[in-house]
Amino acid sequence: MVDVNKLEFGIETFGDIVANEDGSLQSAAQSIRQIVHEGEIADQYGLSVIGVGEHHRPDYSVSSPETVLGAIASVTKNIKLATAVTVLSSDNPVRVYERFATLDALSNGRAQVMLGRGSFTESFPLFGYDLTDYDDLFNEKLAMYDQLRNEKPVTFSGNFVQELKNQEVYPKTEHGKLETYIGIGGSPESIIRAARFGYKVIIAIIGGQADRFKPYVDLYHAAAKELKMPEYPVAVHSHGFIADNKDEAMEVAFKNIKANFDRIGLTRGWAPMSREQFEGETQVGSFYVGDPEFVAQRIARTIKLLDLGRFDLVYGAGNQTAAQRERMIELYATKVVPRVKEILSEKVAAN
Amino acid sequence: MAIKRVGILGAGKVGIVLAGLALKAGYEVRISGSGDVKKIALTIKTLVPGAIAAENQDVVANSDIVILAIPLSRYKNINPDLLKGKLVIDAMNYWWETDGIREEVLDPNTTSSEQVQAYFKDATIVKAFNHMGYHNLQEEARPAGDPKRKALFVTGDDKAAVDTVAHFVDTMGFDQVVHDNIADGIMTEPGSPLFGASLSLKDLTRIIDHFDQTEFGQEVMAAKRK
Repeated sequence: MVDVNKLEFGIETFGDIVANEDGSLQSAAQSIRQIVHEGEIADQYGLSVIGVGEHHRPDYSVSSPETVLGAIASVTKNIKLATAVTVLSSDNPVRVYERFATLDALSNGRAQVMLGRGSFTESFPLFGYDLTDYDDLFNEKLAMYDQLRNEKPVTFSGNFVQELKNQEVYPKTEHGKLETYIGIGGSPESIIRAARFGYKVIIAIIGGQADRFKPYVDLYHAAAKELKMPEYPVAVHSHGFIADNKDEAMEVAFKNIKANFDRIGLTRGWAPMSREQFEGETQVGSFYVGDPEFVAQRIARTIKLLDLGRFDLVYGAGNQTAAQRERMIELYATKVVPRVKEILSEKVAAN
Repeated sequence: MAIKRVGILGAGKVGIVLAGLALKAGYEVRISGSGDVKKIALTIKTLVPGAIAAENQDVVANSDIVILAIPLSRYKNINPDLLKGKLVIDAMNYWWETDGIREEVLDPNTTSSEQVQAYFKDATIVKAFNHMGYHNLQEEARPAGDPKRKALFVTGDDKAAVDTVAHFVDTMGFDQVVHDNIADGIMTEPGSPLFGASLSLKDLTRIIDHFDQTEFGQEVMAAKRK
Protein backbone atom coordinates (compact mmCIF):
# COMPACT_ATOMS: atom_id res chain seq x y z
CA MET A 1 0.00 0.00 0.00
CA VAL A 2 1.39 3.39 -1.01
CA ASP A 3 2.18 5.65 1.94
CA VAL A 4 1.41 9.09 0.52
CA ASN A 5 3.38 10.92 3.22
CA LYS A 6 6.55 9.00 2.48
CA LEU A 7 6.35 9.28 -1.31
CA GLU A 8 9.36 10.91 -2.96
CA PHE A 9 9.20 12.92 -6.18
CA GLY A 10 12.31 13.70 -8.15
CA ILE A 11 13.47 15.13 -11.42
CA GLU A 12 16.31 13.85 -13.54
CA THR A 13 18.15 15.28 -16.48
CA PHE A 14 20.48 13.56 -18.88
CA GLY A 15 22.16 16.90 -19.54
CA ASP A 16 20.58 17.60 -22.93
CA ILE A 17 21.82 20.76 -24.61
CA VAL A 18 19.54 23.72 -23.88
CA ALA A 19 18.09 25.78 -26.75
CA ASN A 20 17.87 29.56 -26.95
CA GLU A 21 14.52 31.18 -27.72
CA ASP A 22 15.59 31.68 -31.36
CA GLY A 23 16.21 27.93 -31.73
CA SER A 24 20.00 28.12 -31.67
CA LEU A 25 21.76 25.89 -29.18
CA GLN A 26 23.58 26.90 -26.05
CA SER A 27 27.08 25.67 -25.39
CA ALA A 28 27.62 22.63 -23.18
CA ALA A 29 29.08 24.95 -20.55
CA GLN A 30 25.94 27.12 -20.53
CA SER A 31 23.77 24.01 -20.40
CA ILE A 32 25.69 22.76 -17.35
CA ARG A 33 25.17 26.07 -15.55
CA GLN A 34 21.47 25.89 -16.41
CA ILE A 35 21.24 22.51 -14.65
CA VAL A 36 22.78 23.99 -11.49
CA HIS A 37 20.14 26.72 -11.60
CA GLU A 38 17.40 24.11 -12.08
CA GLY A 39 18.68 22.18 -9.07
CA GLU A 40 18.31 25.36 -7.06
CA ILE A 41 14.73 25.87 -8.29
CA ALA A 42 13.81 22.23 -7.61
CA ASP A 43 15.09 22.58 -4.04
CA GLN A 44 13.11 25.78 -3.50
CA TYR A 45 9.94 24.02 -4.65
CA GLY A 46 10.60 21.16 -2.26
CA LEU A 47 11.27 18.31 -4.68
CA SER A 48 12.98 15.30 -3.07
CA VAL A 49 15.74 14.48 -5.55
CA ILE A 50 17.56 15.78 -8.59
CA GLY A 51 19.39 13.20 -10.68
CA VAL A 52 22.00 14.05 -13.30
CA GLY A 53 23.08 11.56 -15.96
CA GLU A 54 26.55 10.68 -17.23
CA HIS A 55 27.12 10.76 -20.98
CA HIS A 56 30.13 11.07 -23.21
CA ARG A 57 28.54 12.44 -26.37
CA PRO A 58 28.12 15.76 -28.17
CA ASP A 59 24.37 15.90 -27.58
CA TYR A 60 24.68 15.84 -23.78
CA SER A 61 26.58 18.29 -21.64
CA VAL A 62 27.39 16.28 -18.52
CA SER A 63 30.12 13.66 -18.41
CA SER A 64 31.05 14.27 -14.79
CA PRO A 65 27.75 14.42 -12.88
CA GLU A 66 29.19 14.53 -9.35
CA THR A 67 30.93 17.80 -10.19
CA VAL A 68 27.63 19.33 -11.30
CA LEU A 69 25.93 17.91 -8.21
CA GLY A 70 28.68 19.45 -6.08
CA ALA A 71 27.78 22.86 -7.48
CA ILE A 72 24.08 22.18 -6.86
CA ALA A 73 24.96 21.14 -3.30
CA SER A 74 26.39 24.58 -2.62
CA VAL A 75 23.16 26.40 -3.57
CA THR A 76 20.59 24.01 -2.08
CA LYS A 77 19.51 22.82 1.38
CA ASN A 78 17.31 19.75 1.31
CA ILE A 79 17.19 18.14 -2.12
CA LYS A 80 19.01 14.82 -2.53
CA LEU A 81 21.71 14.72 -5.18
CA ALA A 82 21.80 11.64 -7.37
CA THR A 83 23.48 10.44 -10.52
CA ALA A 84 21.20 9.01 -13.18
CA VAL A 85 23.17 6.85 -13.55
CA THR A 86 26.83 6.26 -12.74
CA VAL A 87 28.11 3.82 -15.34
CA LEU A 88 29.87 1.55 -12.86
CA SER A 89 31.13 -0.97 -15.41
CA SER A 90 33.44 1.58 -17.02
CA ASP A 91 34.30 3.37 -13.77
CA ASN A 92 36.59 2.57 -10.88
CA PRO A 93 34.75 1.65 -7.67
CA VAL A 94 37.31 3.38 -5.44
CA ARG A 95 36.90 6.59 -7.43
CA VAL A 96 33.12 6.22 -7.34
CA TYR A 97 33.24 5.93 -3.56
CA GLU A 98 35.62 8.89 -3.24
CA ARG A 99 33.57 11.18 -5.45
CA PHE A 100 30.30 10.41 -3.72
CA ALA A 101 31.79 10.59 -0.22
CA THR A 102 33.08 14.05 -1.17
CA LEU A 103 29.69 15.06 -2.57
CA ASP A 104 28.12 13.75 0.64
CA ALA A 105 30.43 16.01 2.65
CA LEU A 106 29.68 19.06 0.49
CA SER A 107 25.93 18.49 0.76
CA ASN A 108 25.62 17.50 4.41
CA GLY A 109 24.71 13.92 3.64
CA ARG A 110 22.53 14.38 0.55
CA ALA A 111 24.54 12.30 -1.93
CA GLN A 112 22.78 9.39 -3.55
CA VAL A 113 24.55 6.85 -5.73
CA MET A 114 22.69 5.30 -8.64
CA LEU A 115 24.65 2.55 -10.30
CA GLY A 116 23.70 1.15 -13.65
CA ARG A 117 24.38 0.80 -17.26
CA GLY A 118 22.67 3.85 -18.63
CA SER A 119 21.40 3.62 -22.16
CA PHE A 120 24.64 4.43 -23.95
CA THR A 121 27.86 2.57 -24.44
CA GLU A 122 30.40 5.27 -25.35
CA SER A 123 32.08 5.06 -21.95
CA PHE A 124 33.39 1.54 -22.63
CA PRO A 125 35.92 2.29 -25.36
CA LEU A 126 36.60 5.69 -23.78
CA PHE A 127 37.89 4.11 -20.61
CA GLY A 128 39.37 1.05 -22.24
CA TYR A 129 36.72 -1.58 -21.54
CA ASP A 130 35.16 -4.19 -23.78
CA LEU A 131 31.39 -3.84 -24.03
CA THR A 132 30.91 -7.59 -24.23
CA ASP A 133 32.39 -7.89 -20.70
CA TYR A 134 29.56 -5.67 -19.51
CA ASP A 135 27.97 -8.14 -17.09
CA ASP A 136 31.21 -9.44 -15.61
CA LEU A 137 32.49 -5.89 -15.18
CA PHE A 138 29.32 -4.82 -13.43
CA ASN A 139 29.21 -7.85 -11.13
CA GLU A 140 32.82 -7.52 -10.08
CA LYS A 141 32.77 -3.76 -9.59
CA LEU A 142 29.50 -3.91 -7.69
CA ALA A 143 31.02 -6.47 -5.32
CA MET A 144 34.00 -4.18 -4.80
CA TYR A 145 31.86 -1.06 -4.36
CA ASP A 146 29.69 -2.94 -1.88
CA GLN A 147 32.71 -3.55 0.34
CA LEU A 148 34.00 0.02 -0.02
CA ARG A 149 30.58 1.25 1.00
CA ASN A 150 31.06 -0.28 4.46
CA GLU A 151 33.84 2.30 5.00
CA LYS A 152 36.08 -0.29 6.62
CA PRO A 153 39.43 -1.67 5.39
CA VAL A 154 38.87 -3.58 2.14
CA THR A 155 40.62 -6.63 0.77
CA PHE A 156 39.52 -7.41 -2.77
CA SER A 157 40.81 -9.00 -5.93
CA GLY A 158 39.16 -9.58 -9.28
CA ASN A 159 39.79 -9.87 -13.01
CA PHE A 160 39.25 -6.24 -13.96
CA VAL A 161 40.01 -4.11 -10.91
CA GLN A 162 43.11 -3.29 -8.91
CA GLU A 163 43.85 -5.56 -5.97
CA LEU A 164 43.21 -4.08 -2.54
CA LYS A 165 44.79 -5.46 0.63
CA ASN A 166 43.34 -4.20 3.86
CA GLN A 167 42.99 -0.80 2.23
CA GLU A 168 41.18 2.18 3.73
CA VAL A 169 39.40 4.70 1.49
CA TYR A 170 38.68 8.33 2.30
CA PRO A 171 36.89 10.51 3.17
CA LYS A 172 34.62 8.62 5.53
CA THR A 173 31.04 9.89 5.45
CA GLU A 174 29.28 11.34 8.47
CA HIS A 175 26.29 9.04 8.22
CA GLY A 176 27.89 5.64 7.79
CA LYS A 177 26.79 4.43 4.39
CA LEU A 178 26.16 6.09 1.06
CA GLU A 179 22.55 5.64 -0.01
CA THR A 180 22.72 3.49 -3.10
CA TYR A 181 20.24 2.55 -5.81
CA ILE A 182 20.69 0.23 -8.72
CA GLY A 183 19.17 1.43 -11.98
CA ILE A 184 17.35 -1.35 -13.80
CA GLY A 185 16.28 -1.47 -17.43
CA GLY A 186 14.13 -4.56 -17.20
CA SER A 187 16.44 -7.53 -17.21
CA PRO A 188 15.30 -10.01 -14.56
CA GLU A 189 18.90 -10.87 -13.70
CA SER A 190 19.70 -7.29 -12.72
CA ILE A 191 16.64 -7.08 -10.45
CA ILE A 192 17.71 -10.18 -8.56
CA ARG A 193 21.26 -8.84 -8.35
CA ALA A 194 20.02 -5.61 -6.74
CA ALA A 195 18.02 -7.62 -4.21
CA ARG A 196 21.02 -9.83 -3.49
CA PHE A 197 23.14 -6.78 -2.62
CA GLY A 198 20.32 -5.28 -0.57
CA TYR A 199 20.19 -2.09 -2.64
CA LYS A 200 17.23 0.03 -3.54
CA VAL A 201 15.91 -0.31 -7.08
CA ILE A 202 14.97 2.33 -9.62
CA ILE A 203 13.42 1.05 -12.83
CA ALA A 204 13.78 3.00 -16.06
CA ILE A 205 10.45 2.74 -17.85
CA ILE A 206 11.17 4.48 -21.11
CA GLY A 207 8.70 2.82 -23.45
CA GLY A 208 5.44 0.93 -23.31
CA GLN A 209 2.92 0.53 -20.53
CA ALA A 210 4.04 0.67 -16.92
CA ASP A 211 1.74 -2.32 -16.34
CA ARG A 212 4.22 -4.72 -17.84
CA PHE A 213 6.66 -3.93 -15.02
CA LYS A 214 4.29 -5.17 -12.31
CA PRO A 215 5.78 -8.69 -12.45
CA TYR A 216 9.28 -7.18 -12.22
CA VAL A 217 8.36 -5.29 -9.05
CA ASP A 218 6.96 -8.56 -7.68
CA LEU A 219 10.22 -10.25 -8.67
CA TYR A 220 12.27 -7.72 -6.71
CA HIS A 221 10.17 -8.25 -3.57
CA ALA A 222 10.14 -12.05 -3.99
CA ALA A 223 13.92 -12.10 -4.46
CA ALA A 224 14.54 -9.89 -1.42
CA LYS A 225 12.36 -12.19 0.69
CA GLU A 226 13.99 -15.36 -0.59
CA LEU A 227 17.49 -13.95 -0.08
CA LYS A 228 16.49 -12.52 3.31
CA MET A 229 17.61 -9.03 2.29
CA PRO A 230 15.94 -5.71 3.13
CA GLU A 231 12.99 -4.72 0.94
CA TYR A 232 12.45 -1.12 -0.10
CA PRO A 233 9.65 0.49 -2.06
CA VAL A 234 10.61 0.52 -5.74
CA ALA A 235 11.33 3.76 -7.62
CA VAL A 236 10.57 4.46 -11.29
CA HIS A 237 11.88 7.01 -13.74
CA SER A 238 10.17 7.99 -16.98
CA HIS A 239 10.30 10.81 -19.50
CA GLY A 240 7.83 13.65 -19.47
CA PHE A 241 6.95 17.21 -20.28
CA ILE A 242 4.40 19.44 -18.60
CA ALA A 243 3.02 22.76 -19.82
CA ASP A 244 0.04 24.87 -18.78
CA ASN A 245 -1.88 23.75 -21.82
CA LYS A 246 -2.11 20.21 -23.09
CA ASP A 247 -1.69 20.97 -26.80
CA GLU A 248 1.42 23.01 -26.15
CA ALA A 249 2.84 20.19 -24.02
CA MET A 250 2.16 17.65 -26.77
CA GLU A 251 3.77 19.75 -29.49
CA VAL A 252 6.91 20.61 -27.52
CA ALA A 253 7.30 17.03 -26.31
CA PHE A 254 6.68 15.46 -29.72
CA LYS A 255 9.24 17.68 -31.39
CA ASN A 256 11.90 17.18 -28.73
CA ILE A 257 11.38 13.61 -27.61
CA LYS A 258 11.05 12.48 -31.23
CA ALA A 259 14.21 14.31 -32.23
CA ASN A 260 16.05 12.73 -29.33
CA PHE A 261 14.68 9.24 -29.99
CA ASP A 262 15.24 9.39 -33.74
CA ARG A 263 18.80 10.67 -33.42
CA ILE A 264 19.68 7.74 -31.17
CA GLY A 265 17.76 5.35 -33.41
CA LEU A 266 19.85 6.44 -36.36
CA THR A 267 22.95 4.87 -34.84
CA ARG A 268 21.16 1.85 -33.41
CA GLY A 269 18.99 0.97 -36.34
CA TRP A 270 15.48 1.50 -35.09
CA ALA A 271 12.75 3.17 -37.11
CA PRO A 272 11.81 6.85 -36.48
CA MET A 273 9.05 7.51 -33.95
CA SER A 274 5.64 7.94 -35.54
CA ARG A 275 3.01 10.33 -34.23
CA GLU A 276 0.82 7.30 -33.49
CA GLN A 277 3.58 5.74 -31.41
CA PHE A 278 4.17 9.02 -29.56
CA GLU A 279 0.48 9.46 -28.80
CA GLY A 280 0.24 5.89 -27.58
CA GLU A 281 3.13 6.55 -25.22
CA THR A 282 1.50 9.72 -23.87
CA GLN A 283 -1.97 8.16 -23.44
CA VAL A 284 -1.13 4.80 -21.89
CA GLY A 285 2.64 4.43 -22.22
CA SER A 286 5.65 5.83 -20.46
CA PHE A 287 5.78 9.47 -21.62
CA TYR A 288 4.13 11.66 -19.00
CA VAL A 289 3.11 14.57 -21.20
CA GLY A 290 0.30 17.08 -20.87
CA ASP A 291 -1.20 19.66 -18.57
CA PRO A 292 -0.70 19.20 -14.81
CA GLU A 293 -4.01 17.40 -14.22
CA PHE A 294 -3.48 14.84 -16.99
CA VAL A 295 0.10 14.13 -15.94
CA ALA A 296 -0.90 13.88 -12.28
CA GLN A 297 -3.61 11.32 -13.08
CA ARG A 298 -1.17 9.20 -15.03
CA ILE A 299 1.62 9.38 -12.45
CA ALA A 300 -0.84 8.52 -9.66
CA ARG A 301 -1.99 5.50 -11.63
CA THR A 302 1.57 4.26 -12.12
CA ILE A 303 2.49 4.79 -8.45
CA LYS A 304 -0.57 2.87 -7.29
CA LEU A 305 -0.23 0.12 -9.88
CA LEU A 306 3.42 -0.61 -9.08
CA ASP A 307 3.21 0.31 -5.39
CA LEU A 308 6.08 2.77 -5.73
CA GLY A 309 7.94 4.76 -3.11
CA ARG A 310 9.38 7.25 -5.55
CA PHE A 311 8.71 8.67 -9.00
CA ASP A 312 11.31 10.63 -10.96
CA LEU A 313 10.35 12.56 -14.07
CA VAL A 314 13.08 12.88 -16.66
CA TYR A 315 12.97 16.42 -18.02
CA GLY A 316 14.60 18.44 -20.75
CA ALA A 317 14.83 15.74 -23.45
CA GLY A 318 15.88 17.08 -26.84
CA ASN A 319 16.63 20.77 -27.05
CA GLN A 320 14.17 22.67 -24.89
CA THR A 321 14.51 26.29 -23.87
CA ALA A 322 15.43 27.28 -20.33
CA ALA A 323 11.94 28.76 -19.93
CA GLN A 324 10.27 25.48 -20.96
CA ARG A 325 12.49 23.46 -18.63
CA GLU A 326 12.01 25.76 -15.67
CA ARG A 327 8.24 26.09 -16.14
CA MET A 328 7.99 22.31 -16.29
CA ILE A 329 9.85 21.93 -13.00
CA GLU A 330 7.61 24.54 -11.42
CA LEU A 331 4.39 22.87 -12.66
CA TYR A 332 5.62 19.44 -11.61
CA ALA A 333 6.51 20.58 -8.09
CA THR A 334 3.63 22.97 -7.41
CA LYS A 335 0.73 21.39 -9.31
CA VAL A 336 1.45 17.79 -10.26
CA VAL A 337 3.05 16.48 -7.07
CA PRO A 338 0.36 17.84 -4.69
CA ARG A 339 -2.36 16.60 -7.05
CA VAL A 340 -0.82 13.11 -7.24
CA LYS A 341 -0.78 12.95 -3.45
CA GLU A 342 -4.38 14.13 -3.36
CA ILE A 343 -5.52 11.51 -5.89
CA LEU A 344 -3.72 8.75 -4.02
CA SER A 345 -5.16 9.89 -0.68
CA GLU A 346 -8.67 9.85 -2.15
CA LYS A 347 -8.07 6.34 -3.38
CA VAL A 348 -6.83 5.26 0.04
CA ALA A 349 -9.89 6.82 1.68
CA ALA A 350 -12.19 5.18 -0.87
CA ASN A 351 -10.70 1.80 -0.07
CA MET B 1 3.73 -31.18 -37.45
CA ALA B 2 1.51 -30.28 -34.53
CA ILE B 3 3.30 -28.08 -32.06
CA LYS B 4 2.41 -28.60 -28.43
CA ARG B 5 5.64 -27.93 -26.59
CA VAL B 6 7.69 -24.76 -27.02
CA GLY B 7 11.30 -24.49 -25.90
CA ILE B 8 13.00 -21.14 -25.41
CA LEU B 9 16.75 -20.72 -25.12
CA GLY B 10 17.31 -17.41 -23.35
CA ALA B 11 15.54 -16.06 -20.26
CA GLY B 12 16.14 -12.37 -20.92
CA LYS B 13 13.63 -9.74 -22.00
CA VAL B 14 12.62 -11.36 -25.30
CA GLY B 15 12.67 -14.93 -23.98
CA ILE B 16 10.41 -14.03 -21.08
CA VAL B 17 7.93 -12.18 -23.30
CA LEU B 18 7.73 -15.07 -25.78
CA ALA B 19 7.32 -17.56 -22.91
CA GLY B 20 4.38 -15.50 -21.64
CA LEU B 21 2.73 -15.39 -25.08
CA ALA B 22 3.26 -19.13 -25.60
CA LEU B 23 1.69 -19.96 -22.23
CA LYS B 24 -1.28 -17.76 -23.06
CA ALA B 25 -1.63 -19.59 -26.37
CA GLY B 26 -1.86 -22.87 -24.47
CA TYR B 27 1.57 -24.37 -25.16
CA GLU B 28 3.71 -26.28 -22.71
CA VAL B 29 6.74 -24.01 -22.26
CA ARG B 30 10.30 -24.76 -21.21
CA ILE B 31 12.90 -22.02 -20.89
CA SER B 32 16.61 -21.92 -20.10
CA GLY B 33 19.10 -19.23 -19.17
CA SER B 34 22.86 -19.44 -19.39
CA GLY B 35 23.88 -22.17 -16.97
CA ASP B 36 22.24 -23.41 -13.81
CA VAL B 37 18.45 -23.68 -13.56
CA LYS B 38 18.60 -22.23 -10.05
CA LYS B 39 19.72 -18.90 -11.50
CA ILE B 40 16.44 -18.39 -13.34
CA ALA B 41 14.01 -20.41 -11.19
CA LEU B 42 12.69 -17.45 -9.21
CA THR B 43 12.49 -15.26 -12.32
CA ILE B 44 10.44 -17.83 -14.21
CA LYS B 45 8.20 -18.63 -11.25
CA THR B 46 7.42 -14.92 -10.77
CA LEU B 47 7.36 -13.52 -14.31
CA VAL B 48 5.94 -16.44 -16.29
CA PRO B 49 4.31 -18.81 -13.80
CA GLY B 50 3.55 -22.09 -15.52
CA ALA B 51 6.67 -22.15 -17.68
CA ILE B 52 9.22 -24.79 -16.74
CA ALA B 53 12.75 -23.55 -15.99
CA ALA B 54 15.22 -26.09 -17.36
CA GLU B 55 18.68 -26.45 -18.84
CA ASN B 56 19.33 -26.19 -22.58
CA GLN B 57 19.45 -29.95 -23.17
CA ASP B 58 16.14 -30.55 -21.41
CA VAL B 59 14.50 -27.62 -23.19
CA VAL B 60 15.53 -28.88 -26.61
CA ALA B 61 14.79 -32.57 -25.95
CA ASN B 62 11.25 -31.83 -24.76
CA SER B 63 10.14 -29.30 -27.35
CA ASP B 64 8.50 -29.48 -30.77
CA ILE B 65 9.88 -26.08 -31.66
CA VAL B 66 12.85 -24.19 -30.22
CA ILE B 67 13.23 -20.40 -30.09
CA LEU B 68 16.69 -18.83 -29.96
CA ALA B 69 16.32 -15.70 -27.81
CA ILE B 70 19.90 -15.11 -26.68
CA PRO B 71 22.26 -12.27 -27.64
CA LEU B 72 23.48 -12.85 -31.19
CA SER B 73 27.09 -12.71 -29.99
CA ARG B 74 26.50 -15.84 -27.89
CA TYR B 75 24.81 -18.35 -30.19
CA LYS B 76 28.11 -20.09 -30.76
CA ASN B 77 28.17 -20.97 -27.05
CA ILE B 78 25.52 -23.56 -27.97
CA ASN B 79 26.81 -26.80 -29.39
CA PRO B 80 25.37 -27.08 -32.92
CA ASP B 81 24.62 -30.78 -32.38
CA LEU B 82 22.18 -29.86 -29.64
CA LEU B 83 19.71 -28.54 -32.22
CA LYS B 84 20.22 -31.33 -34.75
CA GLY B 85 16.98 -32.17 -36.55
CA LYS B 86 15.05 -29.43 -34.76
CA LEU B 87 12.75 -26.74 -36.06
CA VAL B 88 14.28 -23.53 -34.70
CA ILE B 89 13.02 -19.94 -34.68
CA ASP B 90 15.81 -17.37 -34.80
CA ALA B 91 14.51 -14.35 -32.86
CA MET B 92 17.97 -12.77 -32.70
CA ASN B 93 19.49 -9.65 -34.24
CA TYR B 94 22.74 -7.85 -33.93
CA TRP B 95 22.10 -5.43 -31.08
CA TRP B 96 24.66 -2.75 -30.19
CA GLU B 97 23.84 -2.84 -26.51
CA THR B 98 24.81 -6.43 -25.83
CA ASP B 99 26.82 -7.59 -28.80
CA GLY B 100 29.71 -5.14 -28.98
CA ILE B 101 31.33 -4.31 -32.28
CA ARG B 102 29.25 -5.46 -35.21
CA GLU B 103 32.10 -6.67 -37.40
CA GLU B 104 33.30 -8.95 -34.62
CA VAL B 105 29.92 -10.62 -34.33
CA LEU B 106 28.70 -10.71 -37.91
CA ASP B 107 30.30 -11.41 -41.23
CA PRO B 108 29.30 -8.30 -43.21
CA ASN B 109 28.97 -10.32 -46.43
CA THR B 110 25.94 -12.28 -45.32
CA THR B 111 22.86 -11.84 -43.12
CA SER B 112 22.67 -12.82 -39.48
CA SER B 113 20.19 -15.66 -39.93
CA GLU B 114 22.20 -17.15 -42.79
CA GLN B 115 25.12 -17.32 -40.38
CA VAL B 116 22.95 -18.89 -37.70
CA GLN B 117 21.65 -21.46 -40.22
CA ALA B 118 25.20 -22.24 -41.37
CA TYR B 119 26.31 -22.79 -37.78
CA PHE B 120 23.32 -24.98 -36.82
CA LYS B 121 23.59 -26.81 -40.12
CA ASP B 122 21.45 -29.80 -39.10
CA ALA B 123 18.61 -27.68 -37.77
CA THR B 124 15.93 -25.89 -39.81
CA ILE B 125 16.08 -22.18 -39.06
CA VAL B 126 13.19 -19.78 -39.57
CA LYS B 127 13.56 -16.13 -38.68
CA ALA B 128 10.67 -14.54 -36.75
CA PHE B 129 9.86 -12.39 -33.69
CA ASN B 130 13.00 -10.34 -34.29
CA HIS B 131 11.83 -6.99 -35.61
CA MET B 132 9.15 -5.84 -33.17
CA GLY B 133 10.24 -4.43 -29.80
CA TYR B 134 9.79 -6.91 -26.98
CA HIS B 135 7.32 -4.73 -25.14
CA ASN B 136 5.25 -4.29 -28.28
CA LEU B 137 5.25 -8.08 -28.69
CA GLN B 138 3.94 -8.35 -25.15
CA GLU B 139 1.33 -5.61 -25.41
CA GLU B 140 0.13 -6.05 -28.98
CA ALA B 141 -0.57 -9.76 -29.30
CA ARG B 142 -4.20 -10.03 -30.40
CA PRO B 143 -6.56 -12.75 -31.63
CA ALA B 144 -6.98 -13.35 -35.37
CA GLY B 145 -9.43 -10.95 -36.97
CA ASP B 146 -8.90 -8.17 -34.41
CA PRO B 147 -8.75 -4.94 -36.45
CA LYS B 148 -5.76 -3.72 -34.41
CA ARG B 149 -3.76 -6.90 -34.90
CA LYS B 150 -0.08 -6.45 -35.85
CA ALA B 151 2.00 -8.57 -38.21
CA LEU B 152 5.40 -10.25 -38.10
CA PHE B 153 7.75 -11.22 -40.90
CA VAL B 154 8.51 -14.94 -41.12
CA THR B 155 11.20 -16.26 -43.44
CA GLY B 156 13.36 -19.34 -43.99
CA ASP B 157 14.61 -21.58 -46.77
CA ASP B 158 12.43 -24.58 -45.91
CA LYS B 159 8.90 -23.86 -47.12
CA ALA B 160 7.17 -26.43 -44.89
CA ALA B 161 9.05 -25.17 -41.83
CA VAL B 162 8.16 -21.59 -42.67
CA ASP B 163 4.48 -22.53 -42.92
CA THR B 164 4.63 -24.29 -39.56
CA VAL B 165 6.23 -21.25 -37.95
CA ALA B 166 3.72 -18.92 -39.64
CA HIS B 167 0.90 -20.91 -38.06
CA PHE B 168 2.72 -20.78 -34.73
CA VAL B 169 3.07 -16.98 -35.04
CA ASP B 170 -0.68 -16.82 -35.69
CA THR B 171 -1.41 -18.72 -32.47
CA MET B 172 0.93 -16.35 -30.59
CA GLY B 173 -1.23 -13.38 -31.62
CA PHE B 174 0.16 -11.94 -34.85
CA ASP B 175 -0.57 -11.89 -38.58
CA GLN B 176 2.28 -12.95 -40.82
CA VAL B 177 4.09 -11.89 -43.96
CA VAL B 178 5.83 -15.00 -45.24
CA HIS B 179 8.90 -15.44 -47.45
CA ASP B 180 10.84 -18.59 -48.21
CA ASN B 181 14.34 -17.18 -48.37
CA ILE B 182 16.29 -16.87 -45.15
CA ALA B 183 18.49 -14.12 -46.62
CA ASP B 184 15.36 -11.92 -46.73
CA GLY B 185 15.75 -11.67 -42.98
CA ILE B 186 17.92 -8.64 -43.74
CA MET B 187 14.69 -6.75 -44.42
CA THR B 188 13.95 -6.71 -40.69
CA GLU B 189 17.41 -6.23 -39.24
CA PRO B 190 18.55 -3.06 -37.42
CA GLY B 191 18.64 -0.16 -39.91
CA SER B 192 15.52 -1.37 -41.69
CA PRO B 193 12.35 0.73 -41.46
CA LEU B 194 10.76 -2.43 -40.04
CA PHE B 195 13.14 -2.74 -37.12
CA GLY B 196 11.48 -1.57 -33.93
CA ALA B 197 8.24 -0.74 -35.73
CA SER B 198 4.93 -2.47 -35.08
CA LEU B 199 2.77 -2.52 -38.17
CA SER B 200 -0.48 -3.97 -39.43
CA LEU B 201 -0.46 -6.75 -42.03
CA LYS B 202 -1.25 -4.20 -44.74
CA ASP B 203 1.60 -1.85 -43.79
CA LEU B 204 4.13 -4.63 -43.25
CA THR B 205 3.23 -6.20 -46.61
CA ARG B 206 3.54 -2.86 -48.37
CA ILE B 207 7.03 -2.18 -47.00
CA ILE B 208 8.26 -5.73 -47.61
CA ASP B 209 6.89 -5.71 -51.19
CA HIS B 210 8.58 -2.40 -51.93
CA PHE B 211 11.66 -3.03 -49.83
CA ASP B 212 14.02 -2.10 -52.67
CA GLN B 213 12.52 1.40 -52.64
CA THR B 214 13.39 2.05 -49.00
CA GLU B 215 16.62 3.80 -48.17
CA PHE B 216 17.80 0.76 -46.27
CA GLY B 217 16.80 -1.53 -49.15
CA GLN B 218 18.94 0.54 -51.50
CA GLU B 219 21.90 0.33 -49.15
CA VAL B 220 21.50 -3.45 -48.99
CA MET B 221 21.33 -3.69 -52.81
CA ALA B 222 24.37 -1.45 -53.18
CA ALA B 223 26.33 -3.60 -50.70
CA LYS B 224 25.40 -6.74 -52.67
CA ARG B 225 26.68 -5.28 -55.93
CA LYS B 226 30.11 -4.56 -54.44
